[in-house]
Amino acid sequence: MIVANKNKIVEMANNLSENDSGTGRSLWKDARSRFIHNKAATVSLFVLIAIVLFSFIGPYFAVWSNEQIDWNAMGIAAKVGMPSIESGHFFGTDDLGRDIYSRVIQGTQISLMVGVLGATVAVVVGTLYGATSGYLGGRTDQIMMRIVDILMSIPYMFVLILLLVVFGRSIGMLFIGIGLLSWLDMSRIVRGQTLNLKNKEFIEAAKVTGVSDFKIITRHIVPNLLGIVAVYATLLVPGIILAESFISFLGLGVQEPSTSWGALISEGAGTISYDTEWQLLFPLAFFVVSLFCFYFIGDGLRDALDPKDR
Amino acid sequence: MSFLEVSNLKVEFDTADGVVSAVNNVNFSLDEGKVLAIVGESGSGKSQTVFAMTGLLDHNGRASGSVKFEGDEILNIPNDALNRIRAKKIAMIFQDPMTSLNPYVRVSEQMAEVLVHHKGISKSDAINQSIVMLDAVKIPEAKSRIKMYPHEFSGGMRQRVMIAMSLLCHPKLLIADEPTTALDVTVQAQIMHLMSEIQKEFGMSIILITHDLGVVAGNSDDMLVMYGGEVMELGKTEHLYANPTHPYTQGLMSAVPRLDDINEKLITIPGSPPNMMLKPIGCPFSPRCKFANDKCLSDIPVLTKVGENNQYRACHVAIESIL
Amino acid sequence: MFNFIIKRIGIAIPTLLILIALSFYLMHAAPGGPFTSERPLPAQVLANIEAKYGLDQPVWNQMTNYIWGILTEFDFGPSYKYHDRSVNDIIGQGFPITMKYGFWSFIVAIGVGIPLGAIAAIKKNTWIDYLAVGISIGAQVLPNFVMAPLLIIVFTLWLGWLPGGGWNGGSWEYLIMPVIALSTSYMASIARITRSSILEVLNTNYIRTAKSKGLPTKTIFFRHVLKPSLLPVISYLGPAFVGLITGSVLIDIYFSTGGMGYFFVNSAFNRDYSVMMGITILVGGLTIIFSLIVDLLYAWVDPKIRY
Repeated sequence: MIVANKNKIVEMANNLSENDSGTGRSLWKDARSRFIHNKAATVSLFVLIAIVLFSFIGPYFAVWSNEQIDWNAMGIAAKVGMPSIESGHFFGTDDLGRDIYSRVIQGTQISLMVGVLGATVAVVVGTLYGATSGYLGGRTDQIMMRIVDILMSIPYMFVLILLLVVFGRSIGMLFIGIGLLSWLDMSRIVRGQTLNLKNKEFIEAAKVTGVSDFKIITRHIVPNLLGIVAVYATLLVPGIILAESFISFLGLGVQEPSTSWGALISEGAGTISYDTEWQLLFPLAFFVVSLFCFYFIGDGLRDALDPKDR
Repeated sequence: MSFLEVSNLKVEFDTADGVVSAVNNVNFSLDEGKVLAIVGESGSGKSQTVFAMTGLLDHNGRASGSVKFEGDEILNIPNDALNRIRAKKIAMIFQDPMTSLNPYVRVSEQMAEVLVHHKGISKSDAINQSIVMLDAVKIPEAKSRIKMYPHEFSGGMRQRVMIAMSLLCHPKLLIADEPTTALDVTVQAQIMHLMSEIQKEFGMSIILITHDLGVVAGNSDDMLVMYGGEVMELGKTEHLYANPTHPYTQGLMSAVPRLDDINEKLITIPGSPPNMMLKPIGCPFSPRCKFANDKCLSDIPVLTKVGENNQYRACHVAIESIL
Repeated sequence: MFNFIIKRIGIAIPTLLILIALSFYLMHAAPGGPFTSERPLPAQVLANIEAKYGLDQPVWNQMTNYIWGILTEFDFGPSYKYHDRSVNDIIGQGFPITMKYGFWSFIVAIGVGIPLGAIAAIKKNTWIDYLAVGISIGAQVLPNFVMAPLLIIVFTLWLGWLPGGGWNGGSWEYLIMPVIALSTSYMASIARITRSSILEVLNTNYIRTAKSKGLPTKTIFFRHVLKPSLLPVISYLGPAFVGLITGSVLIDIYFSTGGMGYFFVNSAFNRDYSVMMGITILVGGLTIIFSLIVDLLYAWVDPKIRY
């Protein structure tokens, strides 16, 4: 479920390590111009920014707040709850008479937050773990990677649901759970990359001048991993949003009165037989468009940072 | 009618940064049973020249001009027609034996399929003939080793397998694209020795592509020097060795380290091979040539005959001022 | 090869033990036992119940008993909620259903994904390629929980062709939508992977060699291109299997197919830990066995990997 095009990232990692850039062009400057030339990625970036802005500015235009109930529409959403400017329900209402426009804004905020925070947890844990494992090497590396192997073959969604049941369903638990379970791929990629970096001269130089291992990892290894980490993180966010939505769709994730894309899609999907498609389609549109954007930005970043076609 | 006649061959590639010309106006001919060496640095267009001839250019490449093999045009002919010539009449071996054999298919399969397809014989017959050929290229225990996968052979052995595979249909022309570059020096000598033995035994023609002048010396009849996609000089190998008339050929010759001259510093050609994206307007070698004049910078020199020995050179500078 | 299998089993067993220990630990870390409810039971009754389920014993004993039960009799213990049913009964009811549509989803994902990717690669930069790439990008943002309601809108509500849920012994009209909903995103991923790996293989030196041998395009494709191109697809089968089995949870809920996922989510709401644990461990075991098979398949295809 998380990041389907892992192969591409691995390929990029290989290319990055093969490339001993002797040209004067700065990697990031070059990458920026390549990214801008990628239309799909640039458009996606703007659309995504627009969605984020909308989730902050949108409430000021809302006629109904996300907690308010339109008693007129309650129970008869199919007849009076359809999207309309006059009633102030731009996206219609749900069967309880709540405003979908405001609920979608709320859901967008929460889904994006879970995605970004979850990805952050995964990236931080994965990068440190992978860099440490790769840098220390030898037996430690073997044991650390064996642990990753073992954790990887655990069906994590089941364990996550188990976690949520045992420790109670809360957003905090949700993103810690997803984040803690999604760092495995990250750590593998980072480890491979670190193994390559480790043998480079500047690391040797740092070593012989007596810089501590921890400092070498944080000052020299991690900054050189930024490219691959950035790409992976961008592709991890939609993966985590997907996972969150999946759990919320089952009703085990974000709990009322709070909501998320997955929860809204679930509600909308539950009522499609009552002629209230808008309850499904508006949250679905936000969900699908945002995921598209993340994937295109991730792909664009990868192409931009991949030194192969230069 | 000559055996192989290449005229005005051009190769261009469509890239993201525009059209890049890799080979420009290459002309040469080859007689039956002769060995032609094409010499040049990497990026000189020597490999693309032969890839164009056999229709193996990458998908973004285009070739124009004419290549006549035994009197028939073979450049840009349909794939089906090419497939009747490939392996049967023109066979190829490639630079890197590590990657040129399919790592996922047994050697027996890779060899036998050539015979099965071109000769229409049964697979077991094809395998038997392949074993004979592996014996001929001196692979020990060919009978058992043929069942192995390429990674189970050493680099030199893999190149022997490649050579054996290319000889299966007794082709009239063998194109060897840097056959020894990826190998150890001692193995290089063995492979070159094998190639010249085989050339004598089978009586075929060879186009030998290399950047190693040491390989050219004892192993070729004619020699073509390329730089930046252009032919610089062409002639009998012995004559070119004795008196190179082009500044680039001279540079190449003097850059070969000599064992009998231990005190001398290693001579190099200043500068680096041209970036094909930013080719000079005139002679491609002009930025690195110590004799370059204004004309060299503005006009591409044409290949013209010098002397009586069928030697050709493309240079604006008079021979006298170079020698 | 034998050593390789031994080595893999050497990883599999600790993995399974860790999974069991983890689930067991989580279960006991849960605030309140499985029988604490809003209406407190008399102490004596609670003690009796706990004794019946062995909960009065030390945790360590409980765990070893549990593992022993699984290993010797494949017994996952009793359900904590349905007092007359064992976890085995529940799994036995749901598992065949999950397996049936799961199997077909797997077949569809591979059987459609690989040819789609292959055609796209061969016809690169034609409308077929763009269509295939479009489908596979689109399908990537249409996970099962999006596909499921969309399918119902189209095929049940608009067209009225297919029933909106139920199982009916797994007859084909009840099978179609679960299979499509479950397989689409994996089909898309497989198509993407196949396409890019074929394109990569087509650029290799050994394909140039094959061309120089004058072989027909078809022979080159089936003998030289296909096998190496499938290696990345094979490595993806493991994750795809996990994804399918995870997605089955949703299918069971949305299409009321009554597979394992239904019982899993139900027990999640009921805090029926023993059923959750049983299913998690079973799924974990299946995943491990499957990834072992995948690794063997990979080693069989790639001659460079001979363990």
